[in-house]
Amino acid sequence: MHYESPVRQPLILGDKSYNQITEDVVRPIENAAPRSWWVVFSIALVMFLWGVGSLAYTVGTGIGVWGLNKTVGWAWDITNFVWWVGIGHAGTLISAVLLLFRQRWRMAINRSAEAMTIFSVIQAGLFPVFHMGRVWMAYWVLPIPNQFGSLWVNFNSPLLWDVFAISTYLTVSVVFWYVGLIPDFAMVRDRAVNPVQKHIYKVLSFGWGGKAKAWQRFEEVSLVLAGLATPLVLSVHTIVSMDFATSVIPGWHTTIFPPYFVAGAIFSGFAMVQTLLLIVRKVFKMEDYITIQHIEMMNIIIMVTGSIVGVAYITELFIAWYSGVEYEQYAFLNRATGPYWWAYWSMMTCNVFSPQFMWFKKLRTNLVFTFVISIVVNIGMWFERFVIIVTSLHRDYLPSSWSMFSPSFVDVGIFVGTIGFFFVLFLLYARTFPVIAQAELKTILKTSGEAQKKHHSDHGAHH
Amino acid sequence: MAHTTEPTPVVRALYHDDDVLISAVKEIRAAGYKISEVYTPFPVHGLDKAMGLKETRIAMAAFMYGVLGLTVAVTLTWFMMISDWPQNIGGKPNLNWGMNMPAFVPILFELTVFFAAHLMVWTYLIINGLYPGADAQNPDPRTTDDYFMVELPAADGLVDVLKKSGAVEIAEA
Repeated sequence: MHYESPVRQPLILGDKSYNQITEDVVRPIENAAPRSWWVVFSIALVMFLWGVGSLAYTVGTGIGVWGLNKTVGWAWDITNFVWWVGIGHAGTLISAVLLLFRQRWRMAINRSAEAMTIFSVIQAGLFPVFHMGRVWMAYWVLPIPNQFGSLWVNFNSPLLWDVFAISTYLTVSVVFWYVGLIPDFAMVRDRAVNPVQKHIYKVLSFGWGGKAKAWQRFEEVSLVLAGLATPLVLSVHTIVSMDFATSVIPGWHTTIFPPYFVAGAIFSGFAMVQTLLLIVRKVFKMEDYITIQHIEMMNIIIMVTGSIVGVAYITELFIAWYSGVEYEQYAFLNRATGPYWWAYWSMMTCNVFSPQFMWFKKLRTNLVFTFVISIVVNIGMWFERFVIIVTSLHRDYLPSSWSMFSPSFVDVGIFVGTIGFFFVLFLLYARTFPVIAQAELKTILKTSGEAQKKHHSDHGAHH
Repeated sequence: MAHTTEPTPVVRALYHDDDVLISAVKEIRAAGYKISEVYTPFPVHGLDKAMGLKETRIAMAAFMYGVLGLTVAVTLTWFMMISDWPQNIGGKPNLNWGMNMPAFVPILFELTVFFAAHLMVWTYLIINGLYPGADAQNPDPRTTDDYFMVELPAADGLVDVLKKSGAVEIAEA
């Protein structure tokens, strides 16, 4: 009944029982935070506050305090927006697409990956909102009657599609995450001794009791949400790419953008999941659940999507040449050899070259190496967005208006601030939420637990 | 709801293994007793079939919500862009909804997903009686960790069946 081929590596190491999984998952919640947590949290908080200050300065003075000029009207803000949205994609991919494909290894990592999705989409949302300049009029993007704003919103505009895509994505990700969290909060509630803690988890767990009918509906709801989230996640970065692709700027006006952006998003998102989980498994001693095998699987996805991104870069170059359009040809020549050549080649090195190391099993199962590559990939993906946005804008059709972009301290402050905000949220999450979907993980213990598998192979599958 | 003056006594049997639970549920039902509820720490596959639960229709509800979302999106785009205040934006056609439809596809899709997902989850919470601050539905806190509880109305000879089925703890309440 619980047989799984011995060829498959166990997903839960050691001799675990259901109770042991419970104990391991609640340990970070019930125990005091380690000193290292406080150190990292303090640093993140300072970065966050710097970002808050920079945003306050932006709102108070106007977006003229950014490094934008009349030629380069989009730069760090949109770069950061696209970068953060992209990072978010891996969480949905892990929880939804891998659920549809029945990949059991997702169960140990989906909770944290979804948390990452939500926290990074929050960061992403800040940039377009503050780029509006007069943020107090942000409600103008909502479809509300003309008396409240200027006119009806323009449903032909990709920027408005973005509003709908990002808000749907954020809210659907939140409910998907929360539906899975309810049973795990109930587990924490039922163990809590401290009355304040017990009350908080009682509120959070919505009274969940694990009734058979509730579980039946839970599984159906998870499946349907996965089915909805899969096209949703693909639509989000598709629509983000249309912000560029539907314009007539050389370097932006290409039909390859939607798949190319989606592949890049998954690529950078998995890299960020690696960065976070390598720390989480170490600090919270989750090595038995987030195993080397999990890390290896994610590295393979990074390698594949990195290669897809590489093919997309080369296709872009080829099509620019093949199109015969001078402006398009110049845009790409300028990217690779113009004043921003260093950004282009950083992107190429980080995104196309570095993931190729993952062909070697020794390297893709090496934790330190993985950690380094995961950071390199995210730097590379930031450069990709910077290259696409800034190099296409800074030299357009009219040479007399060519210019360069350099960020102001406010641009830097806001970007650093979002990194701080992201880590503040993630660190708080890691201390108060069950970081592993323990209820789901318990369902695979008998098939994929190391001791249980060994028992099977020793005694044969008699059932 | 039964309006009796005295609540019917219930028997609660705890099991410590999901496989034992499934076979116990089958044995109890085969012996002719009616199970009122089973509490488990995780979704036990095959339990709903063993208990004879009907399949859930929540996926069908989600589909209906999706259709509703699509309808709302069509109405919204038609009213704002075509009917109430048509404008020529970027030379894109605005004479009728059909011609302008390709530009609305992202909105139609997003609102369909938005309605289907959110209304399904609201439905799920409501029919399961889940809301912030609700009292725990499980009578024994161990059933969210590693115990499995079968709850059923007290009856003659029931305790023996439960013991034989592998229950590790039996309590009457």
